[in-house]
Amino acid sequence: MEVRVPRRRGTELALIVVAVLLSVYGYCDVGLARTGSVPPGAAGYGAGLGVLALLAHLAVRLRAPYADPLLLPIAVLLNGLGLVLIYRLDLETPGDRAAPTQLIWSTIGVGLCVAVVVLLRDHRLLRRYAYLSVVAALVLMIVPIFFPAVNGARIWIRVGGFSIQPGEFAKILLAVFFASYLAANRTALATTGRTLWKFVQLPTGRVLGPVVAIWLLSVGVLVLERDLGTSLLFFGLFVVLLYVATGRTGWIAVGLLLAAAGAYAVGSLEPHVHSRVADWLHPFASIEAGQGPNQLAQSLFAFAAGGLLGTGLGLGHSILIGFAAKSDFILATAGEELGLAGLTAIFLLYALLVERGYRAGLALRDPFGRLLAIGLASIVALQVFVIAGGVTGLIPLTGMAMPFLAQGGSSVVTNWIIVALLIRLSDSARAHAGAGGEPAGDRLHQEAPR
Amino acid sequence: MTRYIRHAAAFCLLLLVALLVNATRVQVFDAQEYDDNPANRRRDIERFAAARGDILVDGRPVTGSKDTGEQLRHERTYAQGPLYAPVTGFASQVYGTTFLEHAEDSVLSGTEPMLAPLPLWHDLTRSRSPGGDVVTTVKAAVQRAAYAGLDGKKGAVAALEPATGRILALVSTPSYDPERLSGTGRSVADSWARLNGDPDKPMLNRALRQTYPPGSTFKVVTAAAALDSGEITDVDAPTKSPDPFTLPGTSTRLSNEVTGCADASLRYAFRWSCNTVFAKLGADTGLGAMVETAGKFGFNDPGVKVPSSVAASTFDTSMDRAQLALSAIGQYDTRATPLQMASVAAAVANGGFVKAPHLVERTTTASGTTVDSTPTRTLHQAMGPGTAMRLRELMTEVVERGTGTNAAIPGVTVGGKTGTAQHGLGNSGTPYAWFISWAQKPGDGEPSVAVAVVVEDAAAARADISGGGSAAPIARAVMEAALSG
Repeated sequence: MEVRVPRRRGTELALIVVAVLLSVYGYCDVGLARTGSVPPGAAGYGAGLGVLALLAHLAVRLRAPYADPLLLPIAVLLNGLGLVLIYRLDLETPGDRAAPTQLIWSTIGVGLCVAVVVLLRDHRLLRRYAYLSVVAALVLMIVPIFFPAVNGARIWIRVGGFSIQPGEFAKILLAVFFASYLAANRTALATTGRTLWKFVQLPTGRVLGPVVAIWLLSVGVLVLERDLGTSLLFFGLFVVLLYVATGRTGWIAVGLLLAAAGAYAVGSLEPHVHSRVADWLHPFASIEAGQGPNQLAQSLFAFAAGGLLGTGLGLGHSILIGFAAKSDFILATAGEELGLAGLTAIFLLYALLVERGYRAGLALRDPFGRLLAIGLASIVALQVFVIAGGVTGLIPLTGMAMPFLAQGGSSVVTNWIIVALLIRLSDSARAHAGAGGEPAGDRLHQEAPR
Repeated sequence: MTRYIRHAAAFCLLLLVALLVNATRVQVFDAQEYDDNPANRRRDIERFAAARGDILVDGRPVTGSKDTGEQLRHERTYAQGPLYAPVTGFASQVYGTTFLEHAEDSVLSGTEPMLAPLPLWHDLTRSRSPGGDVVTTVKAAVQRAAYAGLDGKKGAVAALEPATGRILALVSTPSYDPERLSGTGRSVADSWARLNGDPDKPMLNRALRQTYPPGSTFKVVTAAAALDSGEITDVDAPTKSPDPFTLPGTSTRLSNEVTGCADASLRYAFRWSCNTVFAKLGADTGLGAMVETAGKFGFNDPGVKVPSSVAASTFDTSMDRAQLALSAIGQYDTRATPLQMASVAAAVANGGFVKAPHLVERTTTASGTTVDSTPTRTLHQAMGPGTAMRLRELMTEVVERGTGTNAAIPGVTVGGKTGTAQHGLGNSGTPYAWFISWAQKPGDGEPSVAVAVVVEDAAAARADISGGGSAAPIARAVMEAALSG
């Protein structure tokens, strides 16, 4: 029985227009608050963002007509808001303007998003490149070791005026590898091997070995590079996908135990991390020591200054945070100038993006697609949690970029590719939803003895 | 797999809830604590974001503001800094505010809710209005005359309008330029260090914040107490006072700078400032009556604000008779600010009523609408009207043919009292020269100005005359300026 599935491309277009208008409004608001006039670049900014969004929309309309209509507008709004916030912070640092570069990277990101939507006709194609992905991911992650450290972390490659962070791209590649490997081996992972206690069933080393090796290797490299945020992200991604693929609660317990042990070891042995933990526990210690507030304290001050409704765009003082205000701490500017109301809206946008990813995962039929969708959505969720939790003092601070919002070319490009893949996945999911029948993945699982 | 995806989704939801709960904690529940942290620069940035309102003398601003474009953006400037420093105080990015800059800070900085058209809404949103102005009662001519009169000597002048308590002049020398403390640069720290290290204490507001032994000027209070209590009924009757006078219960003998004080009348004793007569009179009048009268003149009131806070003038409340005798001539522990002694003169001039001294006429919004005005307030009736009349007469004689002839202004009724205050260990310090006075223009029903002058380093051969020699000419100049205004 064939059911006609609504495509909802009109909804998407309308939402995109709203997203672009909201961003332009924010841009004008900054100018009005600061100089009393609409910034001269407002029209250009609006046109640029609008054209990019429309191009992406056209690509989706033509090549992924069943895609979830919320994914693209959310990405456009977050990216547009990020540009507004960076432009706003640029006003405080006239010698160091980041918004134009960010706009170029956003363009590249949207371009790649269009390319993925147009060129990747079926996500299952990616399965073929699982091993190529993991090799590429490791190479990308290892390369920065040969480049000089920036602010204590060796995660950048500088070529000419541009610097890229290859670890960002490695996220997607690793997600592809995990999804592919776990989809292929999940039955074996779930059923073979010896049973420890009642719940933890240890799979044979032959099945588990490669994936654990890859994971350990990547985390090891990241620790070498002092990129703790990303290593935490990979760890979380690995545990989530392993749990979803096998359904073994034991994996979560093992994951948490390992994470706790690892965190304790790194936290007490690594001075860089140790100081982050100390800052988290006592954010005002440096004030009491007479050295003035540190970045975390400044960030908390910024959030507090925002209160419920915020100071208004352009009217806060989050630049007091210092050099990372546009990157790791961009959320503090949002918190101060848009208030808890605006911050909640931003969190909900991310939550909606994640939820749409999960929804695509649920609706898909092939285990690889499902795991890939869950993996990509979880990357966004974990990343938002780690960075937002860090700058609001919920968990120790680890340097990471807020998806779409923060200054950082590699991050913007990566997140656009993630959105492109989610568009592709949701298109597959919804295109076949009308075909009826249970998703293949679940049937397979139900057949498997427990 | 579906079940586990849902579990993972629930986990993501949990993360979201944790973020929202924590954000609410930071932005709502703990926000005040973070806002109040002294290391949080936001308050300072807000504070200096807009130009500060001005302090007005004679309708003209004596302060200004300059936009530096720095983080703490607007810096205070002062048109005639040293002249008005005791009135304005300073408003520094680093060292805070003093005097009117401090007392009227909410108006000047724009946080005062009344500055907004909708005060309640304003209070709720905690927004800032443009800084309002503070209109002072100071008369520029009087202020200038006092400053010029002191001519760089260490000292202070306070001038009042007796009928209202309006402060017409408030001068302290040596002075300093408060503008040197505006801003955040290195030079500000240097100025601060230099001003604080200066032995002449240029930042000390001697008119409001320094108390001196009032010396013989306190005899006005003693005379008021004696007359009001009935200890003296006839100012021309002999007082049965020996010269020298032995302080009760001691072998210390008190003498005079002038002759003719033995058994002198109150009139003669007042005119020539006989220590022996007033010491005995104070002891005879008794502690209770003396403390009561001193209190009604404003002594022993620790909370005086004009609205800059004023140091409390003191008259001990428990003393033996010898101490009381010394206190009655303004020695021992008796101490007074120049403003307090101006109030004493003003009380005599104003029929016994002490009006609350005040420095602020009114406050206005940036566009000139009055926000608040200071009403004329009677603090106490220091003495009966008859006593005030008597004292007026006695004070006039001091200027006409006594120790205060240097304060006389032709054609004007002037009443005064000289004083020379011993101080230092064993009275080793150079005495302080005092003069308090009031002046009444012919044709006016009542005196229109009362003045107190103190000069710290007055050198004079005859101690009691030094008030008349060093301080009285300054008082005369101040009164002339006030009368011609």
